[in-house]
Parts: sequence; C-alpha cells; structure tokens
Amino acid sequence: MSAAADDQFYREYILDHYKNPRNYGRLEHPDISHEEDNPLCGDVVGMDFRLQDGVISDIRFHGRGCAISQASASLLTERLKGLSLEEAKKINKDDVLGELGIDISPARIKCALLSLKVLKVGAYGLAGDDEE
Amino acid sequence: MATRTIDVAAIRKDFPIFETGIAYLDSANTSQRPKQVTGAMLEYFEKFNSNIHRAAYRIAEEATVRYEATREKVRAFINAASTKEIVYTRGTTEAINLVAYSWGRKNIGQGDLIVLTILDHHSNIVPWQILAAERGAHIEYVDIDEKGELRQDQFAELLKRGPKLVAFNLVSNAMGTINPARDMVAAAKKAGATVLVDGAQSTPHQPVDVRALGCDFYAFSGHKMLGPTGAGILYGRRELLEAMDPFMAGGDMIKTVRIEGTTYHDLPWKFEAGTQAIAEVIGLGAAVDYLTDLGMDAVRAHELEITEYAYEAMSDVEGLTLYGPPPSRRAGVVSFSLEGIHPHDLATIADRDQVCLRAGHHCAMPLMTRLGVAATARASFYVYTQKEEVDRLVSSIKEAQRIFA
Ligand SMILES: Cc1ncc(COP(=O)(O)O)c(C=O)c1O
Repeated sequence: MSAAADDQFYREYILDHYKNPRNYGRLEHPDISHEEDNPLCGDVVGMDFRLQDGVISDIRFHGRGCAISQASASLLTERLKGLSLEEAKKINKDDVLGELGIDISPARIKCALLSLKVLKVGAYGLAGDDEE
Repeated sequence: MATRTIDVAAIRKDFPIFETGIAYLDSANTSQRPKQVTGAMLEYFEKFNSNIHRAAYRIAEEATVRYEATREKVRAFINAASTKEIVYTRGTTEAINLVAYSWGRKNIGQGDLIVLTILDHHSNIVPWQILAAERGAHIEYVDIDEKGELRQDQFAELLKRGPKLVAFNLVSNAMGTINPARDMVAAAKKAGATVLVDGAQSTPHQPVDVRALGCDFYAFSGHKMLGPTGAGILYGRRELLEAMDPFMAGGDMIKTVRIEGTTYHDLPWKFEAGTQAIAEVIGLGAAVDYLTDLGMDAVRAHELEITEYAYEAMSDVEGLTLYGPPPSRRAGVVSFSLEGIHPHDLATIADRDQVCLRAGHHCAMPLMTRLGVAATARASFYVYTQKEEVDRLVSSIKEAQRIFA
C-alpha cells in the first residue's frame, strides 16, 4: 500500500513525461487542431497536427491537468509522429493504456484516455462518445 | 449540556468500517453510519418488513409507527413547529427540486429576480436555472470576498431590487464557509423575498433551529448526518406548503380519486407519492437519535478542534494553498491545492495509504471558476474524526510532494 505501490503507479517515466512533456506547444497553421476537456477534474488536452501526404509529419500538444492525462498525451504524440492517419486510426484504448503500463482505476480512466479522444474526434471526426 | 464533549474512541466503536483501517476524510460527501442506524434498518427488514399506511396487519402498523416516528424526531432536531412541516424526500436535491417545481411554478414569473450565491452547490443552482429559463425570470449570484465569505454589501444591493426568491447554503460544501444565515434570512424577508436555505452541510454539524433562522424552506440529506442514502428532508412553513401543488402524483398522496378528479392528501403526505424509502427513513430517525444523544454543540466543538488542528498542520506545508475563511468561521471542511500536483494525483497517492480524500469541483463549478482553479482537494471531518487521521493526510501530502519533486 505504501511507497512501492505509489512508485509503481507514478512510474518514473510517467512522471518524466509529466514534468518534461514531449512535443509540447502549438504549431503555426496546423492542418488539424482540436481540444477536449474533462469537466469533472478540469483536465484539458489539445493537439495540433501537420499532415504531409496523409502522414502526420509534425504534432504538438498543449493542456493542463493531472499527471495521467498529460503523460498520456505526451506518450501519444511520440507514437503518432510519422504515422499515416490510416495507421493512427488503429490506435485504440488498449494501446494507450498499455503504453502507460499501470493499473488505472475506473475513476481515472477518463484522464488516461482524454488524449485518445482528442485524436479520434479531431483527426477523424468521430463523435466524442465515451470509450467503454 | 453545553459542556458535553465527544469521546471519539468510544464513538468509533459504533462504526465497524473503521476496522478496515481507512482514514475517512470525506464526510462532507457522505458520512459513515453507525451500527445503531444500520441496526434499526435491519430490524425493519427482519422483523416488520411491510408497506406503510396501507395494511391492517400488525407488522404494517409497526412499520408505519416507526416510519412516522422519524418525523417527530426530525421536527424536534430542527425545532420546526409541526410534523406537518416535515416532508420526506430522497435528499437535499429532491427537496430543492420540489420547491422549484411546486412553489416556483406558481410564484415565479416573467422578469422576476432570484438571488443565489457563488458558493452554492449545483443542486441549489440548476433547478433555479431551469425554472428561470421556463418563466423568463433571471438570476443574480452574490460573490465572495478574498477570504471566501459572501459579500454582504452586494447582497444588500441585490435585495433592494426586490427578489422573489433568495436561496443559499448555510455552510458551503466546497470551502466550509459558514454564512451569517440568520442575518441574511432576516434581511431577505424584510425585502419581501421567500427564502430557501440549503442545510445539507449545516444540519449534520451544528445546532439548527429553523424557527430562529426564520426561513421558509430548509433542505437537507440524511446520508451526510450518519443516516442512509435515499432519505432526506424538506422543511417548509405550513402556509406555504398548504398553498403548493403536489410534486409527484400517484398513490399515497391522494385522499380520494374519482374519474372526475382527485383530492390530495393532507400535509405532509401530499408530497410523498408512491411507496416510500421506509427502511431509510427509519435509519434517518436512528441517526437523529444518535446525534441528539451526542449533542450538536458538542459535535460542533469537536469538529472545530479537528479543523483548527488540520488548519495549523497544513499551513506549515510548503506549496500548499488553503481556500476559505479561518477555522472559527468554517465548518469541518478544508479545501486546498498543492503547487505542481493535481488534486486527483494527490487523491490517488493518498488512497494508496488508505486515506479517503475528495478531489474535484465538489459540485460547485461556478465557485471553482471564481477561484480560478479547475479542482481542489478537500478533507472533511465529523464526529468520529481523530487527529491521527489528519496526521495521515499530512504524510500523504508529503509523500506526493516527494514523488512529484
Ligand atoms: C451544500 C450542498 N447542497 C446540496 C447537496 C446535495 O445533496 P444530495 O446529493 O444528498 O441531494 C450537497 C451534497 O453534496 C451539498 O453539500
């Protein structure tokens, strides 16, 4: 229950992504830009995409919130860079949670999946329904 | 009476949940329930489970007597004039919706003003927003000052505009602020307004006297005062309740039903349609007994001691911001934030140490916006809270700071 469990939950590299987010900031004149929030805890994540021949050539995210939401967004941008939109479409909930590599309680799952929602709604216009 | 004190160690023996080892710091959300309450409910289920008001056999009479006995206990607890003024609801939310529907639709019209406050819970905002939109009325919100207390100067200005309704909470669940309710009610009544006081956070924690308070309506929830979920109270002054139409319609709230029309039951049953939360109401009665035995002055004194202790311990933590007034002017609620650590991350880390802490907007998003934060962490206390639990919270905070350093 104590320190070991904490450290497992807030793994070093999640904290690292939280404190030193990759691809953080904004793009000028992005091809796609979209933002979502989670009003319950006030998490916000937005992403800017630059596309070249259907491939994500550059990407930035911005936002604020808990470590889980921000680290998850940072991890996702690393994964997305260089992928085609078609490939990006295949990324699902399990991929995102797998990448975080920790047990997420039901109460925090929305935080972990906020960045995926930004991708889904922003990049290919899926309705912002809640992922089961 | 006033010198009674709380024996926390003895009290905790009545709450089996503490054997799990949790530090429970979320009583403003919902309280724990003692064996006396769950026992009263269990007795109903096992010994006289039946429907009330409808059957002629003995166990149904017993159920009816116990169910109705809660009304007198609650009446005495808040010093209402009559049990006819005590309406059972599912909780504060339903009680406020009842007033918004049954009183509001008859009395609020085009261009009328409703005065609320920025400290209010969503359940004392949204029903009025819906009513205002429907009737073409408008709403003004009393702001807070830098200490987290309502701006009485602004309230006085709003009263000059002759509001039809003034509704506010006696104690803020998000910051713990105790509002000067007696003065506010008196001023609002003088200005001609009908006044509803949301007592969800005051009834469990301090003595309440609705007649001294002078309000027209007063709402609270059993589950925040050692009772079960699903049972709460609307107090209403009799003449207002008499003049109101029913909220829900169906069985039990009628006197006679004919094809040509229906006559309604007398108060308070006019507002209690359908089969009621019988076990829960009986449980609420046991909770009121429990609190009455402790004495509400003693309850308040204990919480003040814990709150002062927590306030002091937390003031010493670097990077910690406390919201709201000093302990003497707040209930057992401490809302705070930590630099660089989101409240949800803190709550998750605290949970690893079995410390139950609330993180979020506390159903007070207008207040969060006003404070310029998305969420805060909140620790709240009750009759069973001991200092050791506050110490565990402070350890969790320091642990979070170590992890996020
Ligand atoms: C001040 C206040 N008002 C109203 C409510 C709503 O109570 P309930 O959810 O029991 O209806 C609460 C509970 O969170 C509260 O703290």
